[in-house]
Amino acid sequence: MESESSSSAASVSGSPAQTVTDLSRHMLEQDEDDDLEVFSKDATLTDASSFSASMPMSPASMINQYKLEEQDIKDVFITVDCPESHVTSIETFVTYRVITKTTRSEFDSSEYEVRRRYQDFLWLKGKLEEAHPTLIINPLPEKFVMKGMMERFNDGFIETRRKALQKFVNRIADHPILSFNEDFKVFLTAQAWELVSHKKQGPGLLSRIGETVRAVAASVRGVQNRPEEFTAMNDYVETFGQKMGMLDKIAQRIVKEQKEYLEGMKECGPVYTLWSGSEDQLVEPLKAIAGCIDNCCKVTEEQVAGLSENQVPILHEYVLCAETLKAVLRRRDNIQAEYESKVDALANKKADKENLKEEIGRLEDKVECANNTLKVDWERWKRNMQGDVKSAFVDMADTNMNYYKKRLAIWESFLTSQKTDVHLEKDTDS
Amino acid sequence: MADSTSEDVAVVGNTDFAAADLHNNTNNTVTGYSSFSKTMMEEGVPLLKKMEISVSEAEKRTGKNAVNMQEVYTVYLIETRPVDAITEGQSTAPDSLWRRYSEFELLRNYLLVTFPYIVVPPLPEKRAEFVWHKLSADNMDPDFVERRRIGLENFLLRVASHSVLSKDKIFYLFLTQDDGWKDVVYDTGFQAKADSRLKALNATFRVKNPDKRYTELKHYSDELQSVISQLLRVRAKVADRLYGVYKVHGNYGRVFSEWSAIEREMGDGLQSAGHHMDAYAASVDDILEEEEHYADQLKEYLYYSESLRAVCRKHELIQYELEMAAQDLISKKQQREELATGTVRTFSLKGMTSKLFGQETPEQREAKLKVLEEQIVEGEELVKTSNAECDEYVRNAWIDIDRFKEQKNQDLKEALISYAVMQISMCKKGIQVWTNAKECFSKM
Repeated sequence: MESESSSSAASVSGSPAQTVTDLSRHMLEQDEDDDLEVFSKDATLTDASSFSASMPMSPASMINQYKLEEQDIKDVFITVDCPESHVTSIETFVTYRVITKTTRSEFDSSEYEVRRRYQDFLWLKGKLEEAHPTLIINPLPEKFVMKGMMERFNDGFIETRRKALQKFVNRIADHPILSFNEDFKVFLTAQAWELVSHKKQGPGLLSRIGETVRAVAASVRGVQNRPEEFTAMNDYVETFGQKMGMLDKIAQRIVKEQKEYLEGMKECGPVYTLWSGSEDQLVEPLKAIAGCIDNCCKVTEEQVAGLSENQVPILHEYVLCAETLKAVLRRRDNIQAEYESKVDALANKKADKENLKEEIGRLEDKVECANNTLKVDWERWKRNMQGDVKSAFVDMADTNMNYYKKRLAIWESFLTSQKTDVHLEKDTDS
Repeated sequence: MADSTSEDVAVVGNTDFAAADLHNNTNNTVTGYSSFSKTMMEEGVPLLKKMEISVSEAEKRTGKNAVNMQEVYTVYLIETRPVDAITEGQSTAPDSLWRRYSEFELLRNYLLVTFPYIVVPPLPEKRAEFVWHKLSADNMDPDFVERRRIGLENFLLRVASHSVLSKDKIFYLFLTQDDGWKDVVYDTGFQAKADSRLKALNATFRVKNPDKRYTELKHYSDELQSVISQLLRVRAKVADRLYGVYKVHGNYGRVFSEWSAIEREMGDGLQSAGHHMDAYAASVDDILEEEEHYADQLKEYLYYSESLRAVCRKHELIQYELEMAAQDLISKKQQREELATGTVRTFSLKGMTSKLFGQETPEQREAKLKVLEEQIVEGEELVKTSNAECDEYVRNAWIDIDRFKEQKNQDLKEALISYAVMQISMCKKGIQVWTNAKECFSKM
């Protein structure tokens, strides 16, 4: 599946008519790009007029196209590194270097390097959610750490955040729809001033307020006839969120307890060494034990680091994911609620039935589209989740296995060093 | 049971070793240090070789105590059986009797007084010390009682395998005589022979020339006590933390199980992994119980350090008494000289009073001189015997101290090795559990 279109990415702001033509042509070629363009265009439409002509494809066929993208070919590689702090008179913040390597033709170059701060990632997420309300976008690392503001600039925190940010952008890059989002491209490629000016574009303040008002109204109204499967999804997300929360707590607690165990163990070795100072015959075994314990401490430190770096962040990410899923389901509900309200309005209002009917038609499609994208993305998300969770726990098992293997080796070597004496004692016993 | 006591020396006569099964032919007279028979140390066979001893059970009893109040206490069953009976192919039922901890204490106190030059084996702790939070500090707790049972058995075996201690009649009766043993012990009058703490403390501070080896030994026992205490404290802390780590994993089992209810594909893997997590969490109980055994081995030597100190203290006391006797002799000789020559060399009350109130008559002086001469002769004799006793004590105690050192080195090395073996077992269990868990996770 090669993306051969050169124009599709640039045609976001094209007129509806043009888009229709593009669509029909590209649909034949089963090109993912335009399919995605249509998606994004649909979802961002706040203006009824620009919508109507551009939905010749049924949602179902779009889904089929989407599914074909399952064997994603990774053609965008992003690294996030080199955190640097910047101090201005107003604030202090950290920027990260974002390097993109890609073979996609929509990109003018094959390599980009830009600097971004957390706010920029937040902006990107917001834009993506706006464009695709019912796609599941993995969460960003949290904005604030509970413990205290100064923690933000602590090395460990920055490293954890850096890794999470890298994961975040790569997941978007791997997503068949999201990775072609225009804002995403801008995020990856624009220089600082370009980004600033780009951010200022987009729907004006008033229309954004309008959108928000509508969303709030819809959520207040509530959805009437939610399809069973989405209720099931809701229930699943509730339980999933709960269980993930608990697992996250458990994993963190284990790390904490293991650290305390390590602290205690660190005190043991020195006591054995101290003891060896009073003895004559026992000097050697006592010192050997002290050495073994010290080695065990080192190994335990590695294990704790392994758990903290690999397993804990994944579990934590999925706790945040549960919230994301809830938001997505809410947005879907709102879309349906909006549609339902118009249907009700039609039943009541006498005037302007034509326009209303048109709007209903549009909203009906919007609902169906939203539902289908969600369903497909849900499957995708679940697959990813399973893979991630599985690898997190396999990792944990590996870390612990290696930990015990190393400890075993340490103590076995102690026994070997005392070996001759062990045999001696066995003889005197008999 | 003839007890012959002579002067201030604790003597227990063992002329009636009545048990026909015992083939111990040597004269079992065990005396105090003043006329110690060297042959006792060298020849003869420790009791343990003749007799099988065990503390096999523990039971709760209720009864009235000294102030006529109800109390609950634990008794331990001591079983004994002559070794011959077993080797002959017939295993006769062992003789048995019940004893409580306070009786063991009584026995040990008796041994301490009767054999001050021996490093007497310690009893298991009176109250649970160095506990980590899960281990009950309650003396009635079954785990504590079980560990105490083992400790008491260990104590008896150590005494019974000691070439000197095992021959003691009171010890033998402790093992075999059900009724009235306490009276027998008290009848030996050993309590009167115990050195008062004050006396011992006084000697420790005032002794001028203790044997250097004993001074070093005292320092060593202080160091040993300090370091083992530290070790036990740290170990208890670590055990507590290890317990926490393992037990938290039990939560995984529960949550996995709950989560598996909503997952189609991952459900089975989660469930089975959860079971392994539960097994992991439960395994810590056995691990820590084994470690407790290691702690008990350390504790024994912690309490042994007290026995070592007791031997050193006795040496200081004897040495001090020798020094006092010698000092006394010197001063008496000086007095004699003064009386004889009329010169006052040192300041004395006598000198002062004679200056103030006039000299004595020649008759008085004659009488005094005579008394002094007698005292000097006695004093010289005393110094001679004290010296001999001191030398004897130093020698004999050192023999047992050497024995003790060898035993300690061997035991502690074994303990360290068994600790390593425990660690290895713990690691192997860990590898097993996580390998299984990994398999389950991989199948998710």
